[in-house]
Formats: sequence, C-alpha cells, structure tokens
Amino acid sequence: MTSVTTEETTQERESRYSWGADEHLVVQISEEMSLPANFTAMAMSTALDERGLDGIIDICPANASLLVRFDPDVIAPADLEAQVRDVEAAVAHNPHLSLETRIFDIPVWYNDPFTNETGARFRDRHQRPEGNDLEFAAIENGLPSAEAFIEAHSSSPWIASMVGFVAGLPFLFQMVERERQLEVPKYLRPRTDTPERTVGYGGCFSCIYSVRGAGGYQMFGITPVPIFDPEQRLADFEEFMVLFRPGDIVKFRPIDEEEFNRIRADVDAGTHKVRQAPVTFVLEDFLADPDGYNAHLLEALNAR
Amino acid sequence: MPVEIIEPGLGSSIQDLGRPGYYNVGIPPGGALDLASARIANLLVGNDEGAAVIESPYMGPKLRFTEDTLVAVTGATMEPRLNGETVPQWEAVPVTAGDELSFGFLEAGARIYIAVAGGFDVPEALGSRSTYPIGRFGGFQGRPLAAGDAVPVGSGSGTPGTSVPEHLRPSWTREVDVRVVLGLYDYRLAPAGLSAFLDESWTLTPVADRMGFRYTGPTLEWIEREQPFGAGSDPSNIVDAGYPVGSIQVPGGVEPIILHRDAVSGGGYAMVATVISADMDLVGQCSPGATTRFRAVSLDNALAARHEYRSRLQELRSALGA
Repeated sequence: MTSVTTEETTQERESRYSWGADEHLVVQISEEMSLPANFTAMAMSTALDERGLDGIIDICPANASLLVRFDPDVIAPADLEAQVRDVEAAVAHNPHLSLETRIFDIPVWYNDPFTNETGARFRDRHQRPEGNDLEFAAIENGLPSAEAFIEAHSSSPWIASMVGFVAGLPFLFQMVERERQLEVPKYLRPRTDTPERTVGYGGCFSCIYSVRGAGGYQMFGITPVPIFDPEQRLADFEEFMVLFRPGDIVKFRPIDEEEFNRIRADVDAGTHKVRQAPVTFVLEDFLADPDGYNAHLLEALNAR
Repeated sequence: MPVEIIEPGLGSSIQDLGRPGYYNVGIPPGGALDLASARIANLLVGNDEGAAVIESPYMGPKLRFTEDTLVAVTGATMEPRLNGETVPQWEAVPVTAGDELSFGFLEAGARIYIAVAGGFDVPEALGSRSTYPIGRFGGFQGRPLAAGDAVPVGSGSGTPGTSVPEHLRPSWTREVDVRVVLGLYDYRLAPAGLSAFLDESWTLTPVADRMGFRYTGPTLEWIEREQPFGAGSDPSNIVDAGYPVGSIQVPGGVEPIILHRDAVSGGGYAMVATVISADMDLVGQCSPGATTRFRAVSLDNALAARHEYRSRLQELRSALGA
C-alpha cells in the first residue's frame, strides 16, 4: 500500500480569490497540480451549483482552480464571493469527499500512421528531430522503449480534471502517485494541425483532441471513438454534443489497426456506443491505496 | 425568403448575443464582438435585440435581397451602397426584392453589423444562432458565410427611416484606452513588468479576430521561480486554468493577448488583467495598428462603467422608441 503524502500538503495553503473584471471570479486553489486540489475544484463546483443562485452563468472547474462567470446586476460580487468562500469552507471540512461520476473505456491505436505522419510534418517544431513523439516521451521519462511508455500510459486510469480549451476537450490527470506520473514537455512551437481524436500529452496532462486543429501536445495515438458530435448522430450524444464532463474517469486500452477499423465502421454506421459505467469516486480511499482503488473502479467497467 | 451572399467579405458570420452556460465544457459564449452595435442594428429594423445579424470584419460583404424588407448597418464606419448608391448607416433602409447591398472601404472601427427585419433565421444551437466555427455548429451551417449561401430571414416589421440620433452614435479612433481590472496571476509579473504593462502603449497586430487580439510592445519581465508541478517550464506558464472572457495573457512575456468571445476556454498561460465588460465592444472595434493603453481600474469602477454602458443603451432604446 502506498500513500500519497506529497499531494496532501497542498491543501494546507489558502486559496487565492481574484476578479476577472466585473463578470468573473477566479479561485486559485493550488499553484501546483494535484488530485486533492482538483477534487476541491470539482466539489466546490457541485456545491455551488446545488445552491442554485440567480446570476451565476457558468461554473467551470479547472485542474487546480475554479472559474465562475456571473452577472453582477443580479448577484453582487461581494455576495458571490461570500457564497463561494462558504462553499469552500464546507468542502474543506468534509473529510469524506466523493464524486458521483462515470468511467469510460477509450480504445487507442498507439503509434498510428495518422499522428506519426502529422508529427513528421512538424518535426522542425520538435525537441528531437529523430524518431516520433512516443520515443521522445519514453526517453524523457527514463523508460526503455515506446512500448514501455504505452504500458505506463494505458495501465492506470485518468480523471478529466478539466474540460475545455476547445469544445469537449478533456485534460486528463493520471490517477497514480506523484513519483509515477509521466511528464513530457510540449512541442517547442505549436503545430498548426492535429488530427481529430488524437491522444496527446503536455506537462503532466494527457488529452484527447475533440476537433482537428492547432496543438502543442505530443501525439501518441488516436482513438476511433468520437468525443464531440455537434450533429448528435450517435447514441452517446443524444442528450448533449460533448461526451466528457469534468470528473469523468478514462481508462485507455491499446488496440490494433484491425480493431480501430472495426470501431470506425460502427461509428460510421451510427451504431457505436462507448463502454462506460457509473462509479462513486471516494478521494480518501483512493489516496490510501491508489492501485487497489483503481482496480476496484475498473471492476465496475469490466462488468459492462 | 433568404438573403443571398454574393461576396462574403473576410470571415463574415452570423452572430447574436451569444450562448452562455456551456463554458465548463469549452464552448465559448460567442456572440457579436460589439454587442451594442448588434443590439442597435436590430432595434432599427424593429427586431428583438437578440435577433441574429451578420458581423463582417474589415470588409463588407455583397448581398442580394429576395423580398422587400428593411436593412440597417451599424458598428464600424463603412459606406453602405444599395445598387451602387450610397445609403446611410445607423438607419433603417427599405430595400426591394433584387436589390444589392455592397460596401465601400473601412473608414473607422473594425466590424459592421447588418440586421434585416425579422432577423437571420438560422436554427438555434444550444440556445443561440451565433456561429462557432471550431465546433462546426451554430450560425449558417456552423461556418463563416461563403459566396452562394442563401441565408433564411424571418418575418418582421419595422419603420423605414428610423435612425440613431447623431449624438448617440459611437466614434471610433486609432488610439484607445482599454480599462482593465488587474488580478488573476498578476503577482507572477515582476514589478517592472507590471509597470511596463500599464505605462507603455501597445500596438494591435494583424492577429485580431473573434478568438483574441494580440498586441506588440515591450517584453514583460516575470518573477523567476521553480515552477509548480504541472505548470510547464516558462515563468509565464501556470497549471492550465479557465480563462475569463476578456482576460489578458502574456505568453513568454511578449505580445499580450486579449481573449474575446470565441476564445479558448482555458490553458496554461498566466493572465494578468481582464478587460471590463463595458470596454469589450471597444476592443472588438479595434483594427490592426490601433494604439492601445491598458488603464487599471478597480472592480467598483468597472461596475460603475457597466452601469453607464447600460444607461447609454437605455437612452438609445428610448430614442428608437423601443
């Protein structure tokens, strides 16, 4: 059993409240990324939302901070701040923080030709001219091979610590001890192109590009599964065009070309559904035994 | 009956007052960059203020009407021409089926707003008709307008000749003061960096669109530190966070960017200030080369300016009989 002592200390510091002019309040929970800081942002968002205050337009939990957009003609800034501070105090005094969320199986064709071709096209913006992004990431993390990196990337689940940048893009933080977390620098200069559904990596975050476009994250593979569907064609998007919500848990599963093509055919036929299961994520249980708790979460998914 | 796009201009798009409420999944508010001009264009032709209009930056489109209606052009100063004849801006102009609307050169400001009676009747997406091209939805088929598009129009009734009194029309200049509230991650700037941000003047670069406005000027100095876990290596990096609309980030300490209504919703660059809501329209009417100074005001000043902005709009509504 391993405890996550380095992360627990971050909650001791006081949050920083600041105004984004007259329509935004930003709460910086921690300057460094940690699961407890992210959990605090999620729990504050949920609790603030439950208060149903008039004048709140958007509540956006981020990795280690919270952004609230409000209408100061409806709720005075001082009143909003008092409410958010109250919510934060309630969250801080709850030792049993938990999150009702979902766990998703996301198949990934690692080392695929689509992202490798794009990576080759933008090699002049990369730290390492030879090889591909996976090989670079393996070296950066002291791993013997791209395969070893894929194993590290896909063996433990990730939490969507923030959804944004562009529509429906999840930032994913791996649910392992700090010592095991992968860190990879972004490209030296951003690319002007990234294939849609690329699984990327920058800093301590993985991501899935929801749409094609510019990007600075290293590219490791591609998922056949759409995560953004503005036409709402597939069953997973019946209610909303975006798949992921902050707090969702993602397990990557390496697949080969054949399975990739099979899933793409299902997507094209409009019959594909992502495998997912509802789970309750209890922070203290996770922190006490990350690997054991992850195995418990995956049981829920594998039962589907 | 639709309005036909003969020439689209430069990135003209359908906009209304935007789609609040989806920023937590990365979908920005969108909507007209100069909201007041969009509201006024609608009021002139007898529409609700939130009806959809065409926003055209820098260059006017060329349109053909397929039924008799009313049109009004507000925002930037750019001569409207009906079948080649000059017609007034800030006024409801009657048009007949077959008429063509075109424009002269941009004289001041950056974006014109074109409203027709009944409003552009594209389907709503997440409660708004605003175009969000990155997400490929909203507006006309989720993209900027193109030659050959036929944009549907609702039915409306306005009064020809309704016009905005001269003293209530904005005037655009090439030297602007933009009021900002300091804060967010401004503690990461070195004192000299913060002074330079406020004391120097900045020039708007050609990177000035619905996502953001980028300025050139001095390099701003950041406080050196050992970066927190997950924050990236540059001193201007932070652990990725939500970006307020109107917030100003300074990647690498050079070329501050004001994020506007189609901006990315978050990222890893420290923001040092946020443009007050009352000045966002003004930013939207700046074109490349505009000289800009960022003037720090308090939150109370920002609220007072917001109140003034709303009073001015109310005065306009009264003047237009709305």
